[in-house]
Amino acid sequence: MWTTRLRKATVEKFEPQDILPDDQPSYVASFIYVFGVLTLAALFVIIGSGLWLTTKGAIWWHSSSIGHFVNSIHLWSVELFFVFMVVHLWGKFWMAAWRGKRLMTWVTGAIAFLASVATGFTGYLIQWDFDSQWIATQAKDGLNSVGIGSFFNTLNTGQAILLHVSLLPLVVGLIVIWHVILVRRHGVVPPLDAKGIAGGAM
Amino acid sequence: MVSLAISLKGPAKFFNWGFISISIPNLIMIGLIVVLFVLALVIPFPTHESSAHAPSDEGK
Repeated sequence: MWTTRLRKATVEKFEPQDILPDDQPSYVASFIYVFGVLTLAALFVIIGSGLWLTTKGAIWWHSSSIGHFVNSIHLWSVELFFVFMVVHLWGKFWMAAWRGKRLMTWVTGAIAFLASVATGFTGYLIQWDFDSQWIATQAKDGLNSVGIGSFFNTLNTGQAILLHVSLLPLVVGLIVIWHVILVRRHGVVPPLDAKGIAGGAM
Repeated sequence: MVSLAISLKGPAKFFNWGFISISIPNLIMIGLIVVLFVLALVIPFPTHESSAHAPSDEGK
């Protein structure tokens, strides 16, 4: 049965001690290895505050003090998310983190970064102020110039908000889950000078 | 009310150098991220000897 095959394949590929390990390799004891999980922590705050904003609506976050507060939490967690993700990206790039069968980990991380940029961009479009109108008109010119203006109309606020609160968070969420599973399955990449470790110095 | 050291009213000032044109707030943010990256590399991480083990089974 397909359920049996799926179960066996899943258990074989994702052993519990890999998914939820008790400890980490010694080389992980460096602050440069902290930024992946910091990015994840910021993402949790973004999703939580975003769900709160979604249930309350634009008038609430523009006019009430709690709405302003949650709106600011959402904005600043996004700012921190990108700061942490950029440091994470630089760290992984300079240690060639695609070594040791980790190519898909690198690729899913890159896609998560691009999807996050798109999600952040649609967030700027739905601020309901002159700033968002300016960004929307500039982006419309840009998207038209690269030939995809008929698919994404940034002047359509309804399209922007639906992309921002439904489709794009789903895409980012699923890719991030895939990325984290791959990190757990293949292990954290060792430093370039870590000789004798699979994926270490070549 | 405490006045801010940086004015948040009006458009940001821009740094222009040849074809490079970037707002000062964006430039400051990039500078801060670079500083954060360097600090993450050079600041020693607090560890307990017993909690870390030698890697042996990575890169499966």
